[in-house]
Amino acid sequence: MLTNVTEIPVTQLHGEVWALKQQGYRLVTLTCCDLGDAHDILYHFDKDYTLKHLRLRLPRGESLPSITDLFFAAVLVENEIQDLFGVTVAGMVVDYKGRFLLSEGAPVAPLNKPIGIGIDIRAKAPVAEGGKAS
Amino acid sequence: MATMLSNIMKNLGRKAATRLYPFEKRELPTTTRGHLDIEIDKCIFCGACQKRCPTNAINVTRDPKTWAVNHYACIVCGYCVEVCPKDCLLLRNEHLPQP
Amino acid sequence: MIRRNTIPFGPQHPVLPEPIQLRLVMEDEKIIEALPAIGYIHRGLEKIAEKKDFIQDVYLAERICGICSFMHSQNYCQGIESLMNLTVPDRGRYLRTIWAEIHRVHSHLLALGLLADSFGFENLFMQLWRTREIILDIMEQTAGGRVMLGTCCIGGVRKDISSAQATVVLRQLDQVQKECDEILPALLNDYSVKQRTVGVGVLPRDKAHELGAVGPVARASGIGMDYREQGYAAYPDLGFKKVVETAGDCYARTLVRVKEIAESIRMARLALEKAPQGPIAVPFKGNPTGEVLARIEQPRGELNFYIKGNGTRNLERFRVRTPTFANLPPLLHMLTGCQLADVPVIALSIDPCISCTER
Repeated sequence: MLTNVTEIPVTQLHGEVWALKQQGYRLVTLTCCDLGDAHDILYHFDKDYTLKHLRLRLPRGESLPSITDLFFAAVLVENEIQDLFGVTVAGMVVDYKGRFLLSEGAPVAPLNKPIGIGIDIRAKAPVAEGGKAS
Repeated sequence: MATMLSNIMKNLGRKAATRLYPFEKRELPTTTRGHLDIEIDKCIFCGACQKRCPTNAINVTRDPKTWAVNHYACIVCGYCVEVCPKDCLLLRNEHLPQP
Repeated sequence: MIRRNTIPFGPQHPVLPEPIQLRLVMEDEKIIEALPAIGYIHRGLEKIAEKKDFIQDVYLAERICGICSFMHSQNYCQGIESLMNLTVPDRGRYLRTIWAEIHRVHSHLLALGLLADSFGFENLFMQLWRTREIILDIMEQTAGGRVMLGTCCIGGVRKDISSAQATVVLRQLDQVQKECDEILPALLNDYSVKQRTVGVGVLPRDKAHELGAVGPVARASGIGMDYREQGYAAYPDLGFKKVVETAGDCYARTLVRVKEIAESIRMARLALEKAPQGPIAVPFKGNPTGEVLARIEQPRGELNFYIKGNGTRNLERFRVRTPTFANLPPLLHMLTGCQLADVPVIALSIDPCISCTER
């Protein structure tokens, strides 16, 4: 089970990450989940095998501030989130502009949940004539 | 330097590590998962294997009674063998020849 | 006036076993900046995991990587077990340890062989892979597959190792030990190998920590981080000792792997001898609920699975952070300032596995 989780607003992200860096934590990774109307972003940190997590709720359409200026290790995973979830990450040190894992002609934000399935609270989008809702 | 040289000298005295493949074939252990096979007489066409298959390689229909496996999709994991209620699926240890 | 050039290194390159492109900004022969470009083999595995049920995902998780496959399924099973509060029986824990350690030996031999190939020592490469063949035979005899064991399942393992098989495996491990004792000194003491690896691609300890290095890369830089210390599976009973070096160069990373091979063979032998009798798996009911970050020590470093279940048969989210993904930023740091001729050696000294990185 995930313990030691701190929920923070987007504005406090930099301060919290900086504090953890000062305490000698190592960035393990970021995890992004699609919650329907928002993205749930988890920052995992580790120090002497003790995990600490920061949880961020990012409403759809808002951009995520990058932490690559503090932890360069986040550069790959932030690009990955930008590719697979369509979240704009602002201020990355190295920005692949959505072409990190995906190429031209690839599906857009493939890891987002399809609209109207599962936990998604949004109304099901009307199916276009002859097309598929995706 | 000398350690590698002594290895090379030892290798000269050893028999070859490879075998003359098409003429001399490796004997497979009995545990090898080669390919999936079925004893069709025992099968009751319940479809349990089709439901569990991780790669959807198995196709079972009740009417008419057919059972088919796509050997290209099958990953030979043996999950279907475990769930079969009649124990009619089995893994053979030889690999299927190239078509 | 020195001109700057950009050299694409990969995705198809004679020494790179897997497709990654390193864009190297050069000034003469010196590298100023390196950037990776991946995405050649992105398979969307995390998305498939959401569509299959959580038992089928065990086989999917195993296929994330083609070299350390068993440990991926082990980590996935450990994650699900912690969500469902299952306790694996003692024999199941021991069998998992045996297969994991045998897998580690095979992965390290493969990595050392590829490293030898990267500086053109093909004879050594062939010999290391000949030894690895014995390990593959062990896996085929015990589990049925040469690389994809498919033996791990939620709640334990699916196959038992009989005592007759254990005797054969112990004998084969003796053979592996004997061959390693012959060949590995040649790798460590050879003059030309030392010329190519000592002092090349140095990663200082503070940089390794800051850039999030894991596994042999971190341990070669003096960070004593090995998750086996925390005692999952049967490691607490086997007297595990971690290997730490301080130099931080390619030679230290090689040395860590060489020493870990000996340690892994020792633990696999001990586990085979000590494994208690009893059931190998526990039955379970229900579906996983909640979220967990499962961790395990893989040959390349620490592997993290984030698993989120929602009480149905399908997982809500399955995220994979493989060790190479964490080791790429340290690799970029190592490459900066080195010579073009050293790029293959440095890239292979972190033992990159791009297929699992991209999933």
